[in-house]
Amino acid sequence: MFTPNFRYKEGPAFYLLVAAGGLVAAIGVAAAYYMEHMGHIVTNMTNQIPWALPHVFAIFLIISASGVMMVASIGTLFGKNVYKPRARLACLLAIALLAAGLSVIMLDLGRADRLPVALTHLNPTSEFGLNIIFYPTFLTLTSLYLWTLMEPRMNRYSKTVDLANLIWRLMLTTGTGSIFGFIVARQAYGTAVLAPMFIISSFAWGLAIFLIIQRVLYGWSNMVLDPAVLKRMKNLLGIYIGAVFYFVSVYHLTSEYYAKQGDFEHFILIDGGIFPMLYWGGFVLLGTLLPLLLIFHPRIWPKPGAVTTAAVLVIFGALCHLYVLIVGGQAFPMEIFPGMTATSSFYDGAIEHYVPSLPEILLSIGGFGIVFTIAIIGARVLNVLPQDDIAQLKASGSLTD
Amino acid sequence: MSDSKNTRRGFLAASATMAAGLGFVAIAPGIRLIEAASAQGKLASSKVRYGLLIDSNKCKSDCDACVGACATENGIVEKVANPRQRAQWIRKINLVETSTGKTHSLPMMCQHCAKPPCVDVCPTGASFKRADGIVLVDRHICIGCRYCMMACPYKARSFGHQALTTQNPEVPRGQGCVEACTFCVQRVDRGLKPACVEACTNGAMIFGDLNDPNSDIYKRIREVSSRQVRADLKLDTGVRYQGI
Repeated sequence: MFTPNFRYKEGPAFYLLVAAGGLVAAIGVAAAYYMEHMGHIVTNMTNQIPWALPHVFAIFLIISASGVMMVASIGTLFGKNVYKPRARLACLLAIALLAAGLSVIMLDLGRADRLPVALTHLNPTSEFGLNIIFYPTFLTLTSLYLWTLMEPRMNRYSKTVDLANLIWRLMLTTGTGSIFGFIVARQAYGTAVLAPMFIISSFAWGLAIFLIIQRVLYGWSNMVLDPAVLKRMKNLLGIYIGAVFYFVSVYHLTSEYYAKQGDFEHFILIDGGIFPMLYWGGFVLLGTLLPLLLIFHPRIWPKPGAVTTAAVLVIFGALCHLYVLIVGGQAFPMEIFPGMTATSSFYDGAIEHYVPSLPEILLSIGGFGIVFTIAIIGARVLNVLPQDDIAQLKASGSLTD
Repeated sequence: MSDSKNTRRGFLAASATMAAGLGFVAIAPGIRLIEAASAQGKLASSKVRYGLLIDSNKCKSDCDACVGACATENGIVEKVANPRQRAQWIRKINLVETSTGKTHSLPMMCQHCAKPPCVDVCPTGASFKRADGIVLVDRHICIGCRYCMMACPYKARSFGHQALTTQNPEVPRGQGCVEACTFCVQRVDRGLKPACVEACTNGAMIFGDLNDPNSDIYKRIREVSSRQVRADLKLDTGVRYQGI
């Protein structure tokens, strides 16, 4: 029999949260329906920029789905007791994020009605094709792992299942990075560093989302997270933020080193209008430096909301970074004839300007609505709320002040 | 007992036959389309490799007869408010050499690679290469993910951004699918040249079988210096350029 989680306050809070998330999700689906009905002519995606805002959000959500599971693995596989009670919530979020990311990318398809064709055909040389295997298997392993956590008789298998899932996730995110890493046509892509960059990014973004949802659930149930636990988690987020910045820097420096890529890097980092602004202002300042300050400044981080704000900023920075990579990578003209300047009615040689249209924005944000709705309903019906036995953690030496 | 068994068997057999029949009726239109797409009932031969040699010296910068002929032949006449969303299967590119200032004009279209990146990345197999080297999109199974547009180094593909009503019955096109130059496969299969080649009065385009020692293109490619665009990618393009 289903037993609702009694810790949460009964009353309108649950319904309000679900209604808010559901409304955002429903608006996203309505926008997708409008795009499907009218055609992509109602978007600002073009033959020059075929992938844009929905892809930025979808890739963010899918990568974060893989990364949030690290919260679980740190407990189950690496034996860190502070993270063990958080494994169930991590599973729920992974499922929610994957469902949302796939929804956004599929609803953006020109012919979403033909999805069964993609599901029943396998092209092993296509990263998209391989994802037909990667994503459902990830979903299955995560659900299986959640079962091993929730069913006492299955507990002894949780480590094995999580190890399999960890390996699978690394392959999955390598694959997602390789969607771009294997594109040799454009100057922005075609580099192997994208795969590890996506993997480390997944850890940071997944943890940031986890911290935000954990904060919402604790607020909803009138609980307070022990500062010592928060300290452990925010320190890890700080390390991840630094690692992401390192990989993104290596990506740009590698690109800058090759003379043929110099113009592209100049465009993306200096004179490309919105792109340098999003890179330096969005990713570096707001998405990296400010969160690091909020996380590591001894007087700032203990203040209420400091770590949550840092997590929100990390997500904002992540979206800016992906926007620069994905949209900026297409806005810079593809070099079809090296050593020559090209002009044509198809905008060869021209820098593209893209501003997302309303349906694209609504569909993209709808993805967050899907995550939120699944997370809230899941937290209501499943016992996933992290609950710490602080005294025991301190006694066992797993937690220090 | 045995009677009832036989009746049941008979019923199952009849049901299976009916299901197979229904299945055939459902699939048959697809089969017909595939047949229509093949060389007038004959399958494309792997002994043939269709290719195009373009002489940029003969291509005039103010001429776009090839572009117009392509649009007429393939029914690409729709109006789109945002010109960046308009399909272009073939386009004229004007080039200026950065170091010398020398100018060139040439048509650019799908290069019909022997190792096409669009086919590699297509999740559904909609992007495919015929045995004779012509790279096509099966408009019946393309899901419109646009991964091929990201992967094509020649920007040769367009996306159907809106509903279409001007299709040529021989050239399936539609909203939500990706499309590109087909070498006018419907003409080639009838033994004709692509519309762009036929429209080029400057003699800048030679179409034919790159494997046939008697073909004009085979002979010409051995007489002149030609190059493949982005040869560094080693895609072995079917379209070659002379004069650049």
